[in-house]
Amino acid sequence: MYTLSNKLRTFSFALIILGFIGVVYGFMSSHKSLDEVKTMLAEDAAHHEVKEHDDSQAIHITEAHDTHAEASKHAEESHGEAAHAEGEDAHHGDAHAEHVQHQIANRPWSALYVAAFFFMMIALGALAFYAIQIAAQAGWSPLLFRIMEGVTAYLLPGAIIVLLIAVASGTIGHYNIFVWMDPEVVADDKLIQGKSSWLNIGWFAFRGLIYIAGWCTYRHFSRKFSLAQDLADDNSNFKKNFRISAAFLVFFIYSESIMSWDWIMSVDPHWYSTLFGWYVFASMFVSGITVIALITIYLKSKGMLPSVNDSHIHDLAKFMFGLSVFWTYLWFSQFMLLWYSNIPEEVTYFITRIEDYNLPFFGMVVLNFLFPLLILMNSDYKRIPWFVVMAGVVILFGHYMDIFNMIMPSTVGEQWFIGIPEISSILLFAGLFIFVVFTAISKAPLVPKRNPLIKESEHFHY
Amino acid sequence: MESSKVIHAIYTDDDVLMAAVKDVRVAKYHIDEVFTPFPVHGLDKAMGLAPTRLAITAFIYGCIGITFAAAMMNFIMIEDWPQDIGGKPSFSYLENLPAFVPIMFELTVFFAAHLMVLTFYLRSRIYPFKDAENPDPRTTDDHFLMEISVGNHNEEEITEFLKNTGAVEINLVDKAH
Repeated sequence: MYTLSNKLRTFSFALIILGFIGVVYGFMSSHKSLDEVKTMLAEDAAHHEVKEHDDSQAIHITEAHDTHAEASKHAEESHGEAAHAEGEDAHHGDAHAEHVQHQIANRPWSALYVAAFFFMMIALGALAFYAIQIAAQAGWSPLLFRIMEGVTAYLLPGAIIVLLIAVASGTIGHYNIFVWMDPEVVADDKLIQGKSSWLNIGWFAFRGLIYIAGWCTYRHFSRKFSLAQDLADDNSNFKKNFRISAAFLVFFIYSESIMSWDWIMSVDPHWYSTLFGWYVFASMFVSGITVIALITIYLKSKGMLPSVNDSHIHDLAKFMFGLSVFWTYLWFSQFMLLWYSNIPEEVTYFITRIEDYNLPFFGMVVLNFLFPLLILMNSDYKRIPWFVVMAGVVILFGHYMDIFNMIMPSTVGEQWFIGIPEISSILLFAGLFIFVVFTAISKAPLVPKRNPLIKESEHFHY
Repeated sequence: MESSKVIHAIYTDDDVLMAAVKDVRVAKYHIDEVFTPFPVHGLDKAMGLAPTRLAITAFIYGCIGITFAAAMMNFIMIEDWPQDIGGKPSFSYLENLPAFVPIMFELTVFFAAHLMVLTFYLRSRIYPFKDAENPDPRTTDDHFLMEISVGNHNEEEITEFLKNTGAVEINLVDKAH
């Protein structure tokens, strides 16, 4: 039996409180009036202008004592002149400022949503991995089932939080994540109108509840059978678990695909991609397995898992390695097909990402592909816990960036930054995740007793 | 050339063979070779063979392959004759990189796989029309054979020792060099 240490509980509560304060701060600081946004934009433009001024003006500015004040004053003057000269321009300036104002207001919502989805996706990926291990009757993994069950315990709260944020952004918020929730936008938009029989809040929320109900029902019964098998004197629970796992995998691949259209792809309702569901799946699968490996290594380092040997770690690291490559394959397939054909309606998705998110967009390929490829290729390295932990942390950060790159360009656009709202959202959900997962792990013995494959798993050796 | 004597101990079970290999190693006799009809898991470890470095060569060959692919396409598509083909940007290698990735990938795999196989053939001295080096044809079917050099040891002592490890047949063979 594992008992949740006080240290870990305090740590997770500290993360939650710290994260919560940051999230509140993020929401408080994101309501800017139109005038504030205009001043901000004018200042930005001034900074920009200073750089591009011709020599004489640049000299003039450096001669002045207060360069900054001078520059912004100059910019305001020129802006004012332009506004007087052409009314059209001023109107355009207003529209632009409103657009930016909306993007700034979107930022804490999106930051919260990205982090909530990221941790939910870890639990869902772990659940898919768990079901595959049971359905495939894998002989090496039963020793890790209780850890997987612990990770998937976060799915119910996590998925409900994601759905709540999504719906709240369109009901109590001002359509801060999904633009198709805004009736004013839909009124002028033929493309969204055509999709509104699918993309409307009621049906969206209902679908979300169906996925969550399906996933969590499976999780509930699988856990129940897994625990009942410990006390049973026959294998009927094991067989039941096998059957529901196989059935769940069928439900999962449909629901996961539709979930990815709903919860992620629909932030860009003008864009579509057919392999998107698989792409999101690869991301969640590799993150889920990475977290299973990290928790296994953590518990083993505490001496809680004496029968887990380095072959188990090796197997998990192989999955991390192989699925990182699989993720890259899908990322590249999606990117190259759109880049190659360069059809304007599809390729804007990548143009905004390459122009405004260059470092995060290509940086995540380095984090999610190049780094695991080089670190985890060697068979010996996959058996060294700190190597696996290092690779795991990089993979998790890389997949956070992946979700960030999916959501942010459509909601906050150029106004992105990884600052207080983003980091505190991660802390908030990380704290919640750690608390829920380790509480669930502490509720049952760490090693399943009567699983028919447990002997094989304990003697697993590669 | 002088001839050296070897002992062929024949076994009929891989578990017995494994135990025998361990015993022989403990007794510090030198195992020249072990012939088996199929891979016996853990035999290399029991014999104390050094791990293979074939995977490392494969990694190096893969690196050569990707370099070859990149250099080839950089020369052909960017430097030698940068044509506008369907609007693809051919100003620099990086700009047209996605179009080259499938070839870079395939050539990496091609080089890694084929050169590694050739390395394996070279190191194991396998080639067409090579004379088989099989001391006993039964070892390709259901018998296991351990070859031990007699050296300075007493022949009878070794024979007795091997009998105790479960060998079903022990032959003293003169090996002409």
